[in-house]
Amino acid sequence: MLRNIAVPLAAILAFLLFWEGIVWVNSWPNYKMASPSDLPPAFWKFRWLFLEMGWQTLWRTVVGLGLAVLFGTLLGMAMGFSRTARDALYPLLVGFNAIPKATLVPVIALLFIGQHDFNTVLMAFLISFFPIAVSVGIGLSTLEPEYRDILRALGASKITIFRKIALPKTLPEFFGALKVSVTLAFIGTNLVEIVSPHGRGLGALFKSGETNGDYPLMFAVLIALAFLGIVLYYAVVALERIFAGWAERPQS
Amino acid sequence: MTNLIEIKGVTHTYRTASGPLQVLDNLNLSIPEGEFAAVVGPSGCGKSTLTRLIAGLMKPDQGEVWLHEEIVKSPRKTVGMAFQNPVLLEWRTILENVILPLEIVAPLMPRHNRVARAMELLEMVGLIGFENKRPSELSGGMRQRASLCRAIVHKPEVLIMDEPFGALDAFTREDLWQTMRDLRAKEPFTCVLITHDLRESVFLGDQVFVMSGRPGTTQYVLDVNLPADRTIDVLYTPEATDMLHLLRDQIRIAQGRNGEAH
Repeated sequence: MLRNIAVPLAAILAFLLFWEGIVWVNSWPNYKMASPSDLPPAFWKFRWLFLEMGWQTLWRTVVGLGLAVLFGTLLGMAMGFSRTARDALYPLLVGFNAIPKATLVPVIALLFIGQHDFNTVLMAFLISFFPIAVSVGIGLSTLEPEYRDILRALGASKITIFRKIALPKTLPEFFGALKVSVTLAFIGTNLVEIVSPHGRGLGALFKSGETNGDYPLMFAVLIALAFLGIVLYYAVVALERIFAGWAERPQS
Repeated sequence: MTNLIEIKGVTHTYRTASGPLQVLDNLNLSIPEGEFAAVVGPSGCGKSTLTRLIAGLMKPDQGEVWLHEEIVKSPRKTVGMAFQNPVLLEWRTILENVILPLEIVAPLMPRHNRVARAMELLEMVGLIGFENKRPSELSGGMRQRASLCRAIVHKPEVLIMDEPFGALDAFTREDLWQTMRDLRAKEPFTCVLITHDLRESVFLGDQVFVMSGRPGTTQYVLDVNLPADRTIDVLYTPEATDMLHLLRDQIRIAQGRNGEAH
């Protein structure tokens, strides 16, 4: 137990020391690269901004991801149950996914001028629904027919079969995709926050650090982003443990 | 005695990408109530199609499938199914897996009655102590035992089994044959067993139906005149050996290799 905490903690400490050391050895000034010891003052100085902006980034990521889960699952269900839907939607989806989402920022910004919250949520959604749709679709379409037959032979309805078998059976794939999607949604949120003028959120805080030449602030934002990203990721892991913990094989 | 299952002149053709594939041709089969019918035949002779027809999961192109003096048009609650793959739900415990059919067939049954019924069956197959385990924690033989319990938990009139013991090792398989025999002694049900194993068909069956090669039709029917409380030793008696020989010859005919050297 102690080892489980001590080893990662020691690794993080070693990394921070290395970072501090390399800045010190090269005697880089702050405007070239901030060192870890500059960060606590930056966090303290802007603590209220960090809380406010962090919240902005967090809720928009979560709302965007929520929409992606809803839409992605519905799309995946359509593709999983209907061959026609699969053949029709797959090329469209792959094509859409291939577009680097950064190029969509100006398109969205022009379409919905000034709607910063909406645009950010929209981007988080657009960038993250694809893995969910694909994994749910594949999970449903590869369900062995015997699983369906054991309930169908009893006269169970399609909805009952979906609820009792297909849905729980695809949960491990779904959470696998959700781990990818949560990271993507986070990237989408920050993309819009950094690029849009007069934005909000941690991305905008980063941008203002850049504009004001406050390099410790920029690095502090990066650390805050990493922290938030880790929190989001492990929130998904915790949900996975609760809803699909059965898929974890006991270690023998 | 009335026939519980009556298959009359069933012909079925699948439409596949490489053209029509006729799997059954004028198949006739009668299984009296309470009897154990084993169906053997070469690969691809339409045995699995037969199980899906009896279960009402599909309808034949021609002919009729009768179950309890009614034409089977759709699935009914009085059927239980077991496959080679035990298809247990990994997210449920063994107990919850066995209860599953009751949730569909008897939604109003109180929970403690469901549990009692499932536990009764788990005891019969020797799975007491494993009811709260996940399927992944059990061996292949134990999973198949649980799968059998699930197939009969709702007291079906007909148990349809499609090579249920095919993936097990020889000794585990023989154990399960005896479990099957004991289950039938306590819970009478009519049984249709699809198998590739002739010893299995003789040990478990009251009748053995030999199907011809594709398109499948009834080629031969063997009445197994062995005592009901058979043990594995019965397979080494001259009577059983003669029957196995006879069935082997029929399979050879079904495969279209009559006269070929042994």
